[in-house]
Amino acid sequence: MAKKSALVQGNQACAHGAIYAGCKYFGGYPITPSTEVAEEMSAMLPQVGGKFIQMEDEIGAIASVIGASLAGAKALTATSGPGVSLKQELIGYACIAEVPCVIINVMRGGPSTGMPTGPGQSDVMQAKWGTHGDHAAIALVPESIQEIFEETVRAFNLAEKFRMPVQVLFDEIVGHMRERIVFPEPGELEIIDREAPTVSPEEYKPFDPTKGMVPPLAEFGSEYKFHVTGLNKAADGFPTTKAELVDAEERRQVDKVECEEARAYIEKNEEFMLDDAEVVLWAYGSSARSARYAVNELRKEGIKAGLFRPITLWPFPEKRTSELAEQAKAIIVPEMNLGQMIVEVDRVAQGRCTIDGVHRVDGDPLNPGQIIAKVKEVL
Amino acid sequence: MAYDYESSIRPGKLPHIWCPGCGHGIVMKGLIRAMDACELDRKNTAIVSGIGCASRLPGYLDACTLHTAHGRAAAFATGVKMTKPEMTVICVGGDGDGTAIGGNHFIHACRRNIDLTYVIMNNYIYGMTGGQFSPCTPTGMLASTTPYGNPDPVFDISKLAIGAGATFVARTTAMHPRQIDKLITQGIKHKGMAIIEVLDDCPTSYGRRNKFRSVIDMMKRLKKDAVPVTAAAKMTPEQLEGKFLTGVLYHDTELPEYCDQYAALTKKVQEGA
Repeated sequence: MAKKSALVQGNQACAHGAIYAGCKYFGGYPITPSTEVAEEMSAMLPQVGGKFIQMEDEIGAIASVIGASLAGAKALTATSGPGVSLKQELIGYACIAEVPCVIINVMRGGPSTGMPTGPGQSDVMQAKWGTHGDHAAIALVPESIQEIFEETVRAFNLAEKFRMPVQVLFDEIVGHMRERIVFPEPGELEIIDREAPTVSPEEYKPFDPTKGMVPPLAEFGSEYKFHVTGLNKAADGFPTTKAELVDAEERRQVDKVECEEARAYIEKNEEFMLDDAEVVLWAYGSSARSARYAVNELRKEGIKAGLFRPITLWPFPEKRTSELAEQAKAIIVPEMNLGQMIVEVDRVAQGRCTIDGVHRVDGDPLNPGQIIAKVKEVL
Repeated sequence: MAYDYESSIRPGKLPHIWCPGCGHGIVMKGLIRAMDACELDRKNTAIVSGIGCASRLPGYLDACTLHTAHGRAAAFATGVKMTKPEMTVICVGGDGDGTAIGGNHFIHACRRNIDLTYVIMNNYIYGMTGGQFSPCTPTGMLASTTPYGNPDPVFDISKLAIGAGATFVARTTAMHPRQIDKLITQGIKHKGMAIIEVLDDCPTSYGRRNKFRSVIDMMKRLKKDAVPVTAAAKMTPEQLEGKFLTGVLYHDTELPEYCDQYAALTKKVQEGA
């Protein structure tokens, strides 16, 4: 039997991916250009016995999502730049309290209200550094409708596995674009659920470092009673100001994502024509679509161009970027912002090749012609 | 025989952080008695708070406890309750937390009539940060950020809750401990949003600045100005000047509860109606 396929909008594909991943709760607030995610979830969640709520504001939305997750539900919220700005404090809460949840950011221009109906990629640094304090971040940046579906599923898996908020960032272009996608059959994509405790309720400590980098999380309303706080806490979940305990907890919560083993698990890239590439286009999201087109055009002219496309943006793909800096004469970073990920690329390259960017913040997408012109200018 | 509070309190978590003369401990004991009266299974009870002195309360109690961010208790609690409607979900917190930074979540939880019991300890000051004025600080009074007297008008929390749509609203004071557990018990048993406002005193941050010579002076005033709703019915507006009402101020058992409404909606969708 042929698999089910359909012409679907990016935001709708995101909602379908969430349901496939087992999402049972959506708390949201209307905002362009992400609203269709909420609309689709409001229709689908009651069908699968889940809960949809439109909250009174963006902060309430993420707060309810964290509450739902602590009660055991896989939980989602979707918004755009201004909404993510409002959610920042509680994204940090989900980091320190280690509560799995997924946040969709359909990026538009900014700062502030900016251009609500235009695309942007200017929230990529916010995805890493938006909330205050040291913390780990996982952010995924799909470029197509099929990939939005799959990366939304992966975002839930990573959130559950690493017990933390995971952000999926795509922009207005892919969010509102329609492409034919093939829906994976149940069981075709891996689905990960959070690890539940196996110890007795009396022995359970929600942040016990002896249980591994990611201690098991119980749920409210089960056999386990436990305390959750946004304060620095000890293994038992209760506040502490003991220097050595605070230090160890903070480091564990960052290391659980940034250690080599975790990075290898989370990292995901697409590489196109890179084997002999002298100029590497380092591009993500919808800008990578223009970059791929540019690579094909440049190759026709005999220019050895290739594309490196991170699908996991955070943690940053340090190793591959470093290898490419060694291999290439130049790395060009096209982004719909005034230069954000290029800072990271430049940091890793350490002067071993030319680094340059192609930037656009006028609400129009980067086109291949701009990227091609930049490559020719640099070479 | 002394009441058994110990079995509700987490071992090793006392002493609490509250100052001598603070009423929060009286409210906590009232809450414990109410939870006992309702025979709540603590595994199935979530106690959710925001930030501030009053919001430290959940950490002392043996239950599923969630100390959230400033003002967000009602919104976190909404997510817990929606996901597990079978749980009893209780919010606790102060006046600034609940009605200033958390005001939006507070009124919308009331509007939805979701089955939460919200015990709001109104000591009309931000205590933890050292005594800044809150939306409930009486006009003219002194706080660390109103050195010339508070120019702001005051929120009446109970009226706000009634206006926003809460279906059980009651008020008492820390000087009426037996009424505290009776009202919280009624609130927990009520199916819908229940607000129990407990007027409380902060001798450290409010009384000290406002020339209350002792904690007893402050507490006496709470007792003197409280008028039960039944008594108020027989009093003239002049006699009620400067007083506040205590007891059940509003109770509506007709309005449907939010999770019930969502369950009905889900049933309709799944039956394809």
